[in-house]
Order: sequence, then structure tokens, then C-alpha cells
Amino acid sequence: MNIELSTLTDIIGVSGEKGNFSVTIRKNPRYVDMEKCIACGLCTKKCPRKVSDEYNTGLAKRKAIHIQYDQTVPLKYLIDGKNCLYLTRGRCRACEKFCPTNAINFDDKEEILTINAGAVILAPGYKPFDPSDMSHYGYKQIPDVVTSLEYERLLSVSGPCTGHLVKPSDGREPERIAWLQCVGSRNVSDCANGYCSSVCCMYTIKQALVTAEHLSGDSVDQTVFYMDIRTHGKEFERYYEDAVKKGVKFVNARPRTFSPGKDNTGVCLSYVLDNGERVTEEFDMVVLSVGLEASEDARYLSETFGFELTDNRFVKTDALNPVTTTCDGVYAIGAFLSPKAIPRSVTEASAAATAAAVALSSVRDTMTQAKTYPPEKEVTGTEPRIGVFVCSCGINIANTVDVQDVLEYAKTLPNVVFAENNLFTCSTDTQELISEKIKENDLNRVVIAACSPLTHEPLFQDTLREGGLNAFMIEMANIRNQNSWVHSDSPEKATLKAKDQVRIAVAKVTFNYPLQRQGIKVVRKALVIGGGLSGMTAALGFADQGYETVLIEKGDLLGGAARNLDTTWNGENIRTMVDGLGERVREHAEIKLMLNTRIKSCSGSVGNFTSIARTPDGDQTIEYGVAVMATGAEESQPEEYLFGQDRRVMTHLQFDEELKTSESVVKASKTVVFIQCVGSRDEKHPYCSRVCCTHSVQNAIRLKKLNPEIDVYILHRDIRTYGEREDLYREARQLGVIFVRHDLDRKPDVYAADKNLYVEVFVPILQRTIKLSCDYLVLAAAIIARENKELNEFYKCGVNEDGFLLEAHPKLRPVDMTSDGLFIAGLCHYPKPVDESVAQAMAAVARAGAVLASEVMELDAVKAYVTDNCDGCALCIDVCPYNAIRLETTSENGRKMSRVTTDTAVCKGCGLCEASCPKSGIYVHGFTLDQLEAQVDAAADRLERSIEHA
Amino acid sequence: MRMSTEHIGSVMVVGGGIAGIQTSLDLANSGYFVHLIESRAGIGGVMAQLDKTYPTNDCAM
Repeated sequence: MNIELSTLTDIIGVSGEKGNFSVTIRKNPRYVDMEKCIACGLCTKKCPRKVSDEYNTGLAKRKAIHIQYDQTVPLKYLIDGKNCLYLTRGRCRACEKFCPTNAINFDDKEEILTINAGAVILAPGYKPFDPSDMSHYGYKQIPDVVTSLEYERLLSVSGPCTGHLVKPSDGREPERIAWLQCVGSRNVSDCANGYCSSVCCMYTIKQALVTAEHLSGDSVDQTVFYMDIRTHGKEFERYYEDAVKKGVKFVNARPRTFSPGKDNTGVCLSYVLDNGERVTEEFDMVVLSVGLEASEDARYLSETFGFELTDNRFVKTDALNPVTTTCDGVYAIGAFLSPKAIPRSVTEASAAATAAAVALSSVRDTMTQAKTYPPEKEVTGTEPRIGVFVCSCGINIANTVDVQDVLEYAKTLPNVVFAENNLFTCSTDTQELISEKIKENDLNRVVIAACSPLTHEPLFQDTLREGGLNAFMIEMANIRNQNSWVHSDSPEKATLKAKDQVRIAVAKVTFNYPLQRQGIKVVRKALVIGGGLSGMTAALGFADQGYETVLIEKGDLLGGAARNLDTTWNGENIRTMVDGLGERVREHAEIKLMLNTRIKSCSGSVGNFTSIARTPDGDQTIEYGVAVMATGAEESQPEEYLFGQDRRVMTHLQFDEELKTSESVVKASKTVVFIQCVGSRDEKHPYCSRVCCTHSVQNAIRLKKLNPEIDVYILHRDIRTYGEREDLYREARQLGVIFVRHDLDRKPDVYAADKNLYVEVFVPILQRTIKLSCDYLVLAAAIIARENKELNEFYKCGVNEDGFLLEAHPKLRPVDMTSDGLFIAGLCHYPKPVDESVAQAMAAVARAGAVLASEVMELDAVKAYVTDNCDGCALCIDVCPYNAIRLETTSENGRKMSRVTTDTAVCKGCGLCEASCPKSGIYVHGFTLDQLEAQVDAAADRLERSIEHA
Repeated sequence: MRMSTEHIGSVMVVGGGIAGIQTSLDLANSGYFVHLIESRAGIGGVMAQLDKTYPTNDCAM
């Protein structure tokens, strides 16, 4: 209710400044009244005009009046004015004639509006690269060459071939499929996209892996042609390894010749292997893994708002303010900011929420509203008076189920005092009608026979509250998804089943009782653990919004790993950043900084935690509502390549130091060799450390600029300069840095002889081993997780196989931890560069901010509770997945009693305890044994009667 | 440019893909009114066109 969505809307102008912008928008006509449209779909059926469907990338047809896809939000149809026969040629109006709610409005006009807002967040996304101009790929000429987005639609169940993958040329299943990487990315000769799109390697692997599921045979053969495989995100390397194990072939080659196969089906590719061998191979289909291009609106938005873009047409920001454009108060997120996948887009989205919230903290809660309801009617102890509302859902239900028959049947059921049929029970006017009927007929329980409670129960609960009833006096009978939609071929049986469903719902609702959502008082303070860059950013994010914050650092210095770093990938001075943040942290009135301090305990749950902190001056108790884990990670110490034995062999950080302190010595070097993935992407640490390629490439550039005569070699397994970092890789090559690829089973050989340090490595293109005598050997050592056993135990933090903290969901909740009220930021989550750590820290603040925003946090009412029957057998404690149950021993009349108790703040109401309890000692509200028994009895009722008759 | 020191407790979000949706929800949950502007007929962005998403192979919808 505090989000107003305007669809079909463009920005046409802006004035004002941070805190107070006036944005002019244009709402384009939909020609369908959103209030009246009930999304029955009749209009689309009747519309005679078929056009290409952009949702299915043109691979299918849609009608002029349509919805994008079945789950579109808002679920309202629209008329495409460019294609509608009436709007273009003045005749037809079929949709208007058949619409049952008179929702069609051909007189709809565009509207120009001005909206005031304190901040603007831009998330217009990206444009998939169109390879039509790269004629050598044969796209749009060879039928079986498709783009990756088209392929995505071919795989999709809602796509043009309902998920059963077939070749576009002849409709047969493909058996040999090839992917070509970097189409429209890392390419400055055929297009102007020099950057890496960051996501294509992973989506290609995903497509290769899921392809098998979409084909009937098991002989599918997948080949990926790549330049570098860039699986640099959390759990990405394992995903790649998995694909290799499952037989997906990865070939380091770049096919340039594409020709159609026999009868114009399939594609013939020619390419050269890294050993110089020329190969020609036929495939049934070729997928072009197209890159992400700057949004079409990028230029327009940058000019309208007055912010700068990068050379690649993405948005220019800096590492400390990773989502702030150069126009203050205007933020940019997602692929609009730089090419990226979902997890980072979601993280940046939350980061921008923090940036805007900090900017507007003085006016928080001034524009939002909380809904009010009439007082709740007392129902405890009164006779059940049930109202049943049977929905026709337009024709969705009524075409299969005889709703009148169901209605008459409902009236005969015990305690039902009112029943009626509605065309659309969920429509706004029916909602009002229902709340009136509740009052008029003094109903105290309601059954809605319509669709799924998953999507619609909150809506109807609201209707009950409008009618003065407790929200939990409702049951839904899903006679659509679980009935009419799946039984359209047998209407009689469907009607019988609908009656069963209604009878079961009525039986259960009879035993429903009012439930209250419990509120817990929120301690509106934050705790941040770890005083590195992420921790300081998080602490400042809270404090700048006025929340009291405790920042705990186990060492005696702020800055963490960032203290040892020199510059960000695009040359910003990290030292200055760290010092600046440290100063702000120390001086901020809302931040209590505790150095040399460790957490010794944690109790409580979201909104209300208590910990003991061990400080140099003794133990202190801290109370807080949320906590951010920013405990960092460290550079590993290599166990190979003479590290620790020869002083010329050093890690990145040591070499950075060498450059700082002995630049003239380094300058006099003849040869410097870097070895990548030292301790990463191997058996012990099967993940990519994400930052080392960029670090090596940056130092290689620095060396070449220092003295172009130095021979610089980077021995790598794939260069992973993702996103706009690719520009550095190109620059390094132009400066003459030599890149040599090796495999894990053919690693370089390092040895010292005659006071010299030698590196031997096999060069595929030469098909021989070269020997390099080097002055420095720099090892790109892995970033490894810290062992924080004690801390992780106190907070019940999960860690992945590599020891990094686990998020609640890798894509949709990337900074939330599995325990409510705990959030993650920075290296303790996964290796990442400065800008991404800062964004994650800001995101953690936004997610935590939702808890701190209100004084009282409302919990779900469906929670476990303990009855008098509990005898403390404690079976439920083992099955509870949330650690929400504990055993308590009390003493009554001198007798010791054991009984479990539940923590309502932690309980999710899953019901495992109730199911496992042998004594009826623990129930879940809304699913008590009485309620479930009534349901089962009612379900068995017809069965029993049919047995009696037989 | 109009100069004003009066701040407004609402935020405009332009684009209703996964990023725009997330930022809108976070802001609305933290006490700010959100105007979410989408140029297409519905929200969801490109993610709604995807079949599955990596690395969990979850349904994108």
C-alpha cells in the first residue's frame, strides 16, 4: 500500500534537487480499465489480430489485446495501440463486445503528471545484444542459429514449444548443440562493446545443464566455445565443474565461419584449436551467448538527470558510493549500472534503498500510511455463523463446475447461515460487498470457494478485517487451481469435488478461533561485527539514519583487509577511503566503537538480541535488534612455487608493498612473472577468488608503465576481468604483457638454480615449454575464509563448504542470513572487490533497516504452542528445523516437571513438532488436531456414505 | 532548478525489474512511499523471460 505502481509510463522531465525532485511522467493509454478488468482472458480469445510476441522474443504470436505472460503483475490486459484493428483501421471492437465487465475503453488517452520525490532510483535494466549486424554468425540467415535469450524462451514451459526443445528449422529435437561465448562482449572490432558482460558464461552453463531436461533422448551433446570461462561468483566454479563432469565440452576456440547444414538445418562451424589444428564440425543448433548492452534509455536518462556515463555507456559511480550517480540524490542499480547478474542487482537495489534512506532520514514515515480497521467483533463462545462465497472466476470455474449447484449444497451444510455466488470474488467491489454481508448477516466465519490461499488469502483476510472479523476466521476452498483447471473434461465429477472441498472448508472453519499477531518490541539499535571497510560502511549506514550502532573490532585498528590494498580497479585510492571512513566512524555521535573486543555470547532473536562483549576493560552487555556480520577473510599463504623459500617469490600483497617501498628495484627488473589461481580453483579451494586476475593485470600495467622494457608474463587458467575491468586486460595486452594459459594438470614449474629463479610453462600455441628467468614471481594467492567457530556458533551462522557465511537465498536474499535479524557484508560472504563490499554493506543496512523502522515488529500468528499434555519427552526439539523449541525443567509442589517451550519469534509454524508429538502436547495455531480432524472427517464423509450405499 | 530545503519522504523508482522491485520493497518497508514507474505493461523485467536461474536452477518466475 506504500508502493504506487504506474505501468506503461515514461519519464519526460525532471527538476529540483536531492530531497525534493519534481519528475514529469507520461502514462500511456492501456485502453483497458484496470479497475474493471478481471483478467478472464476472453478478450484475447476473441481478438482477431495476431502479432509477433516480444515476450517470446518473436518466436511466438500474441494478440493485439494481451497480457505479457500468465503471471504478469498487474494481471490486467492491455491493447497494443499500434496493432489493434480498431485503433489503426477503425473497425473490429470484438474485445469490447465480449468483455464481461465492460473494461475496454477505446477513448483512453495519455496522461502527463508531475510527481514529487525526495530521491530517484534508476533501474531500467539493459538491452540484450542484437547480433543481426555480425553477418559471419549467420544469425537470421541460418534458421538454427539463435540468441541465448531466444534459447531461454525455447527452454521455457511458457515459451513457444512449451519447454520441449526443438530446432527452429524442422521442429525436430536437436542432439548436438553449441554455444558461442562473448557475442557482442569483449569485442571492439565488430561492435563497440569492449567490456565483459559478466553473466554469459554462467547462463550458458545453466542452459547446457538444463537442456538435457528438455529433450526426450539422453544422447545430447553440448559444446561451449569460449575465450575465458568466467565463473567468478559464489558457488559458480562448482557449477562449472559440475557441467564438466556431466560431459559438457568446453573448447577454447573462436569459430568464425558459420554455414547452414544439409537442407538448411543445423549449422557447420570451422575453428582453430589452441594447438593450431583446424576443425570443421556440424551442430544441430548454435546458441549465440549475447552480451548485455547499456539500456536504450541510458543516454536519455543521463541527459535528463544530468549524470555521467562510462565509456561503455553504463553509469559512472565511485567505489565508496557504488550506487550514487554523479547527480546527487539520483541512484543507479542493476545492469543499468554495469553488466551483472541477479544477486548483485538485488544487492545494489537494497544498497540504493539505504542511500535514499540516509538522504531522507529526516522525513521518514511522513508519506507512508498504515491501514486502519473497525474494531474486531467478539466471537469466542458464540455459535458459529458461517458465510460461504462461491466464485465463478468469470468462466474459469463456472465453465466446469456447476457453481449454482455448489451454492445450494453449501446452504445445507451445518452452521452455514449465508451463501452467495460472485462472478469475481476478488474484485474490489465484491470485496466491499463481502465485508457488508459479514456485518449484515452477523457472520463470524467465512469460507471463500475460489482460488489459491497462497495468492489470495491475504486479500480475503483483509476483507474480513474490514467487516470487523478476526483475519483468521477464514478458510479457502481452491475450486479453481485444484479443480476446474485440472478437471475441465469431467464437469460432473468436478462439481462433486467442489462440494467436497466446500464441505471440508466449512468443517474446518467451524473450529477456527481468533488469532492475534504477536508484536515484539524492537530494540532499535544495530550491532556490526568487524571494523573493515564493510563493517565501517554498515555502521555509518545505520548511524547516518539515526540508529544507535555498536561497531566491534577484534583488532586494534579499523580498515581490515582494505588497509593493505592500494587502488580499486579503476584507480581510486583505497587508503584515503579507509582513513576517511575510520575518521567518520570515530567521530560519529551514534557509533560506539569497541576495539580489541570479541563477542562472547548471544541470546534472543530478531528485534531483541543480547550479547556479552569482552573488551579490554571487562565484559559489557549490548542489546540490539539486528546484527551485521562483516568479519572479513584473508589472503592464503601459498604452499608451492618456492613461496617462503625464495624471497623473489611473493604474494600480491607482498608485491604491492615491494612496489611501494622499493619501486626503483622493481623498475630495474628484466622479467616479472605472475601465476594466477594459486590456491584457488583447486581441490582444496574449489572456488574463484574473484579479485586476483584484476589485481595481477593492474600490477602488470603498472610495471609496463614504470618501465616498458620489463618482460611481464601472466600465467593463468582463465583471465577473469569481468565487467568493465576487461578494459584493463585489453590495455595490458596492448602494452605488451604476455598471457599464457595453462591447465590445472599442466601447472608451471618453478625452481631456483645458479642464484636464478626459473619458471617453466607449456605454451599451447607453440606446443612447447618455455623457460623464463625472473626477478620477481608474484603469486595470486587465494582469499580464504576465516575460522570464526565461536562466533558462528553463537549466532547459528551457516557456512558453505569453503567456510564462507551462508546467505538465506543466493539470488533473492543475498545479504540476509538464514536466521532472522542477521545480515552479511563483505569478504566473509565471498571474495569480492571494494565497490561490491561497500554495496553489500549498504544493502545489509537496508534489509536490517526494515526491522529497525518500527517500534513493534508484528509476527505471523501461525505459531506452535505447548498444551498441558506435554510431558517433556522432547521429541519435537530434534525435528524443529528452526531451533525454536527448548526443554525447561520447573518444580511444582516439590516435583520436578519437564516441558518444552517455544520461541514464537523464531517459530515459523511449519508443524513438524505437532506431527511428531505422541501426546498432543504441541499444536500449531490454525492447524490444531480439532481442525485437522474436522477436515479429515468431512473429507471421508462422501466415501463413508458411498460405502454404506454399497 | 527549483531550490528548496523541504525534503519529501517518497522515492521514485524507475524500472520494475528485479532490482527496481527489490529497492521499492526495501524502501516501503523502511518508512518511505515509493512511486514505481515501469515503461512496460507489467513488472518483472528480463528475469520474467528466463526459464531457470543459476546457480540454483530455480524457476525464474
